[in-house]
Amino acid sequence: MTNSIWRDVRFWRIALQLVAVLLAAVVVVILWGNLQRNLRQLGISFGFDFLKQQASFDIGETLISYKPTDTYSHALWVGLINSLRVAIAGIFLTTIVGVSAGIARLSDNWLVRNITMVYVEVFRNTPLLLQLLFWYFAVFLSFPKTGNKISLWGFIGVSQNGLELPWFTLSPEFSALLLGLTFYTGAFIAEIVRGGIQSVPKGQWEAARSLGLKPGLAMRLVIFPQALRVIIPPLTSQYLNLTKNTSLAIAIGYPDIYFVASTTFNQTGKAVEVILLIMLTYLTLSLTISVVMNLFNRSVQIKER
Amino acid sequence: MKFIRNSALILAIAPLVFAIAACGGDSGQTASTPGTPGSNPAVPATRNRWDNIKSRGQVICGVSGEVPGFSFVGTDGKYSGIDVDVCRAIAAALFDNPDAVEFRNLNSKERFTALQTGEVDILSRNTTLTLSRDTSVGLEFAPVVFYDGQAIMVRKNSNIKSLADLKDKAICVQTGTTTEQNLADQMRKRGITYKPVVFEDVNVTFATYAEGRCDGITADRSALVSRGTILPKPEDNVILNEVISSEPLAPAVAKGDIKWGDAVKWVVYSLVKAEELGITSQNVGQFATSTDPDVKRFLGTEGNLGEGLGLTNDFAARIIKHVGNYAEVYDRNLGPKTKLNLARGQNQLWSKGGLLYSPPFR
Repeated sequence: MTNSIWRDVRFWRIALQLVAVLLAAVVVVILWGNLQRNLRQLGISFGFDFLKQQASFDIGETLISYKPTDTYSHALWVGLINSLRVAIAGIFLTTIVGVSAGIARLSDNWLVRNITMVYVEVFRNTPLLLQLLFWYFAVFLSFPKTGNKISLWGFIGVSQNGLELPWFTLSPEFSALLLGLTFYTGAFIAEIVRGGIQSVPKGQWEAARSLGLKPGLAMRLVIFPQALRVIIPPLTSQYLNLTKNTSLAIAIGYPDIYFVASTTFNQTGKAVEVILLIMLTYLTLSLTISVVMNLFNRSVQIKER
Repeated sequence: MKFIRNSALILAIAPLVFAIAACGGDSGQTASTPGTPGSNPAVPATRNRWDNIKSRGQVICGVSGEVPGFSFVGTDGKYSGIDVDVCRAIAAALFDNPDAVEFRNLNSKERFTALQTGEVDILSRNTTLTLSRDTSVGLEFAPVVFYDGQAIMVRKNSNIKSLADLKDKAICVQTGTTTEQNLADQMRKRGITYKPVVFEDVNVTFATYAEGRCDGITADRSALVSRGTILPKPEDNVILNEVISSEPLAPAVAKGDIKWGDAVKWVVYSLVKAEELGITSQNVGQFATSTDPDVKRFLGTEGNLGEGLGLTNDFAARIIKHVGNYAEVYDRNLGPKTKLNLARGQNQLWSKGGLLYSPPFR
């Protein structure tokens, strides 16, 4: 009778979890003590007061107003907004590129199919950092400053000033980062989309045809909605990757949150605090994207009645 | 659902653990003090740094490795430069061997953490001595080895003759430097708006300027001269006359390590003192028999000043024999016989109108 608790599965479930939590807590306490001791030795104090100090460095590109006399926390906001700007534009563009390329890879047209295959394989199999440096140095900075710009579809200009659209100009740093992220992530999304479409049973195509739907309509109304169920979960991962990869901006001089935080850390010497802030930021961004995508995922699932 | 809850917990804890782990290991000093857990750890740590270096038989020296004349890896794979020679002088003083140095290349962002965590024993990396770095970044500075000032380089054909001409122009800057703040300060003071294009990597910063993205590039004057020599067309660029800040460049060690810090400090003074006394690597042997008490104390043939530092009494003689005095170090790396050809200027001895001055060796 007294032994019965040890045989209870529910007890073990809870007990093991408690042990895990306890172990984690012990590790945190030990590391925290170690950190405190080491910081004390160096005469460094832990704290976030530095955020209220004047940043006194300038930021080249800002969406909200910023002066070097503003505080570090304001500078970090500027960086965060710059990150979001790339991430949101990137997610939007990469979805278009990825879905188009994914569908194109299944095209009946030999040329279209193989061009997209080359695109996907080249972009998927080379490092993103390399691609960013390529976009920055080999594409944008290799043009003369004025004139001689390459014109795309008559209204987009590519020059050393960046991407010139009729109504505004995007800096070369922003443009290189955006295009780099878009085409890199797009290649992965293309594969996800292709896999998703191929997972839809062939009978669905046949059924759509027998209803008289043309291939384009069949794809849009019958196949793609079903493929979405397979596509969305890995697509979420790609959105997360893109968002986290915006931190590579530091290599090509775009002032994102990671970049501003690095400068802050460098000027104040508050390594631990700044790294905690960076982690918290990316964690929040990632969880937000996950939640939104999970809601979207739920909405496209088949509802069983 | 349970899996999700567990993952959330791990997610919440993991960053904290990693963050602390990343900054926790102070070269294993705390681990190697058994018997005194938690009781005033500063003292054993001090002894351990010093002992670590001696038992290792090598000084680990953080340098830039990318600024000719200061620290640069040549085509033969050898390091050279004034910052490098400071490390060699320390190795000469400690081990009578100027090659007992392991160099580590650090960028401007990595340098302070590398010192704080004990990855390097000393930072000799054209680093500006500032109040906040001395107090809140956990550094202890040695004497200044090079007095510098910040300047701006532009293209000759650009019609930019002064800071004011840079209004609304793009200026390339390297991040994590005092340079970035000085530029912001100066431009604010003069009411000049400009567009900073900031990079982490010094090579990318200069490459971007070379590609024409920026109208100007700012750095310490010496760094502009030095990096200017390796630009694609050095003769097309010119450094503006305006110097916008004072940049005293000094080596640094981690705070709380008094004995080690003192040794580094007096090694740097030795270089200056030797020049004052006219002792060079060539004639140091002849001075061994000198009757001048000042020289005798300096070379350790009289008294025991070196022992007080935890070094040998002849530590200064070792330095001069292997590395030379300050003038020799300067001429070898930055002087008229080098590509840089930087005038001594304020880096001259005080007696010749410069700023270099060594406290007495007594």
